[in-house]
Amino acid sequence: MLSRFWEFHGGVRLNRHKELSSEQPLAVAPIPKQLIYPLQQRGGLNSKALVAVGDQVLKGQIIAGDDHPLSVPTHAASSGVVTALEYRPVPHPSGLDGLCLVIDTDGLDRAVRTKSVKDFNHSKPDTLRRRIREAGVVGLGGAAFPTATKMNTGNRTIDLLVLNGAECEPYITCDDCLLRTTPDSVLQGAAILMRILGVERCIIAVEEDMPEAAQALEKAKLGGRPPSPPAPSPRFALPDGEGSKGVADATTYSNIEILKVPSKYPTGGEKQLIQVLTGREVPVRGIPADVGVVCQNVGTAAAVYAAVVEGAPLTSRIVTVTGPGVARPQNVVARIGTPIAELVAYCGGYTERAQRLIMGGPMMGLALPSDELPTIKSTNCILVADSDAVGGEKQALPCIRCGACSEACPVNLIPQQLYWHSRSDQLKKAQAYNLFDCIECGCCDYVCPSHIPLVQYFRAAKGRILDKQREQQKADHARLRFEARQARKEREKREKEEAARRKKEALAKAATDESPGRPPPSP
Amino acid sequence: MLGILLVCALFALFGLLLGYSAIHFRVEGDPLVEKIDAVLPQTQCGQCGFPGCRPYAEAIAKGEADINRCPPGGEDGVKALAELLGVEAKPLDDAVGGEKPKALAVIDEQKCIGCTLCIQACPVDAILGSAKHMHTVIASECTGCELCVPVCPVDCIAMERVAETLASWKWPQPRSVLP
Repeated sequence: MLSRFWEFHGGVRLNRHKELSSEQPLAVAPIPKQLIYPLQQRGGLNSKALVAVGDQVLKGQIIAGDDHPLSVPTHAASSGVVTALEYRPVPHPSGLDGLCLVIDTDGLDRAVRTKSVKDFNHSKPDTLRRRIREAGVVGLGGAAFPTATKMNTGNRTIDLLVLNGAECEPYITCDDCLLRTTPDSVLQGAAILMRILGVERCIIAVEEDMPEAAQALEKAKLGGRPPSPPAPSPRFALPDGEGSKGVADATTYSNIEILKVPSKYPTGGEKQLIQVLTGREVPVRGIPADVGVVCQNVGTAAAVYAAVVEGAPLTSRIVTVTGPGVARPQNVVARIGTPIAELVAYCGGYTERAQRLIMGGPMMGLALPSDELPTIKSTNCILVADSDAVGGEKQALPCIRCGACSEACPVNLIPQQLYWHSRSDQLKKAQAYNLFDCIECGCCDYVCPSHIPLVQYFRAAKGRILDKQREQQKADHARLRFEARQARKEREKREKEEAARRKKEALAKAATDESPGRPPPSP
Repeated sequence: MLGILLVCALFALFGLLLGYSAIHFRVEGDPLVEKIDAVLPQTQCGQCGFPGCRPYAEAIAKGEADINRCPPGGEDGVKALAELLGVEAKPLDDAVGGEKPKALAVIDEQKCIGCTLCIQACPVDAILGSAKHMHTVIASECTGCELCVPVCPVDCIAMERVAETLASWKWPQPRSVLP
């Protein structure tokens, strides 16, 4: 184990409140009466419904999808009948309605037959990637980026796979719970991901105060039942870049390291974690693959294992239902699409202290308007907070230029400067201060003595900049079309004149031919 | 004496250099007009009183038109022009009409008689159709300039507001109560 880690700038130490949910055993939520699937995916993409109202669907059946490379299919999490394709509130900060597929479950849980790859050591990386896409696997850490796309690193050289088990947000314990209950699936998932990337090294990072998770992983690693009989690895004989010929050593877990990283928020941020583990800094507007690293959440690795080896599409995940507003906080295996109200009811319902409903953690989570909304693939936590847990809505005071935000910023930005420029709509200056590198972690909000909602200013400024860029693109497009039209009209006019002139000439010629020697008759 | 000759020689050299540059590095067109045109929203609507965005840009560059005559560009557009030209921003000129929410033209296809007048009026070829056949607006190309509305003899074109969707939504600025 490494004795020291690199450090990233800033960050904050938070009250973790993890014991609320982590001390209870993992429960499995019953089949809900209704499953709701928003068709909107990340980045404004919409998938298309592939079933119609009235159709019978089976568990694991693809119900929505699209050909777009950043779109992944959605699978039904239980059997039943499609009862609606309508606009409903969806988990989105806007509070706007989105198109949703609604399935009334029949409680029978009949499943479709699935294909599985028993021995992934002999599958091509492309085949494995395709299976991961078909199974609808996305990053379960919160961003829901399609895993198959992230595993396609182009011609960058990758030398390290990082599995992110550093759950740095308070209250959330779903990854901890996963690592304690099924460490094997995570290790196997790691082996599959290593094979796809052709890397020989993997680090599974957990936080210092998740000792049980680290222990469980170590135990599973030692007692690891290798997926196939160990064979002398031929990898050193292979030339570099031969990713498809068994470079990853999946027969033992000897090249998977389990490291405990310091518990500081936001260590679990992808770029921060990579910096802590390797000292490499992901460049501005770059991705981790630019520095030779691919980072996946531990839950994603388990989902990859299920998709490849068990042939099971991503239809359920562990969700932490916690907070002072829930009677029995705990981790539950919930079907994706389960209405939040049913999950909370399963955990004993609300207490008197329940005031706000948040999807995710208190720092980066999304406040929800109602509990009729469904859980989605990226839902790691349902936090029912009281007024203390999220700091409440405090009256913002003027910025006193204390600089606490700059000290806390894990990306080395100057939030106070960004704040002035965002507020006064000087978007170019905000961009010059690297607004788009802000990861919206909320550290600056947390430390601000004036309670200024800094992150919201930054989100608003980012939105305005992107909007302006879109408008500029539209304007440029309109200019092209206008100029093309002008040119066409000009050409048509010229052609008309030309034709008229030619006709006149022809007429004149005809007239002179008819009566040689005489002047043409006047019209 | 030598000094005077030297200075004269230098003058002659620089004169030649400038003359050469003036011919060989000549900038085609007026770069300021290009820059102003790039800021304008390209709806080609003519609300500014000029027949299109480029003529308006030319007029601004010559100092013949004020910068606050473009309603589709709105206050943001005036601000951008002010920044570009180094002048004070000012509110939109009331004479040209106020800023309106974004809208697209929609043809009531039941009423359309296929006269092609709107097709001729559309500056960006966003209307599809032919004589005595129904016309329709290609929504992704429509700039919302409204030029097709007055020419329709049966009043079958309406401007419909673009509704906010999950994809177009953006975070609002926090409600600030600060001075």
